[in-house]
Amino acid sequence: MSKLAGKTAIVTGASRGIGAEIARRFSEAGAKVVVNYSGSQEKAEAVVADIRANGGEAIAVKANVSDSDAVKAMIEETMKAFGSIDVLVNNAGITRDNLMMRMKDDEWDDVINTNLKGVFICTKGVTRQMMKQRSGRIINIASIVGVMGNAGQANYVAAKAGVIGLTKTTARELASRNITANAVAPGFITTDMTDALGEDIQKTMLAQIPLGRFGKPEEVAKAALFLASDDSSYMTGQTLHLDGGMVM
Amino acid sequence: MATVLERVTKVIVDRLGVEENEVKLEASFTGDLGADSLDVVELVMELEDEFDMEISDEDAEGMSTVGDAVAYIEKKQA
Repeated sequence: MSKLAGKTAIVTGASRGIGAEIARRFSEAGAKVVVNYSGSQEKAEAVVADIRANGGEAIAVKANVSDSDAVKAMIEETMKAFGSIDVLVNNAGITRDNLMMRMKDDEWDDVINTNLKGVFICTKGVTRQMMKQRSGRIINIASIVGVMGNAGQANYVAAKAGVIGLTKTTARELASRNITANAVAPGFITTDMTDALGEDIQKTMLAQIPLGRFGKPEEVAKAALFLASDDSSYMTGQTLHLDGGMVM
Repeated sequence: MATVLERVTKVIVDRLGVEENEVKLEASFTGDLGADSLDVVELVMELEDEFDMEISDEDAEGMSTVGDAVAYIEKKQA
């Protein structure tokens, strides 16, 4: 099971949740992993320690994805440590939920900056290296709410829908250089982010899921591995729905 | 020591797969040398590596011919 042997992957927002699971899963598949974090240094170091304990290679690199200078430094650090960038997983994301009527400009801006502009900055940042290599895989973690909409998440939904559009454009612009871009749109996955939602919301969501359960981070990680590996070589610009059948 | 023009020519020949005699100073990347917009971005990247310099996006946008690139690099090296 060395689908990513010799490859280097940057996973943004990898200190916990889906990102941490992707980092672990990619390492098991043979990749050298950059565990990016913005605030949670201890958790990121723990993910790195975990990977190393299992015989993998990883480094933790701090960078706020919406800060292009910080991202540039992260890319330089990656090249110095591992010498190539084969896979980028744009996973970093935040929520600032509020009804649109009450949503502050700051809440809107914060979410768009991290969840959408961050994807643009990181993608742009790795493109140079991937173009030189004549190969690369960009995987954007969107969300099913970017497809279906969600009350109380105008900022998050707009950002995630934007990510799906950005994925398609990235795919078109870079296809001639053998760089693919695909998105994953998870539904309700059990993480810190979704634990923060109230029980009522969780119940309502569950009723809309044909498979009758919430997803697990490793189920998203498996799809990300598929998109990062050769198994998906003829696929670009697509969005995989991992939502238990919520949106068809 | 190869001249700037010779080094630029080599990069263009390698990248765009054109003949050396097609790379004239007045030749435009997109019009005469068959480059698409992404090729031009790549050319600039390779010129940066070849001459160990940074070429800003604004400056790159001002380069449409081989002569533009040579003049820019010579000026920056001076």
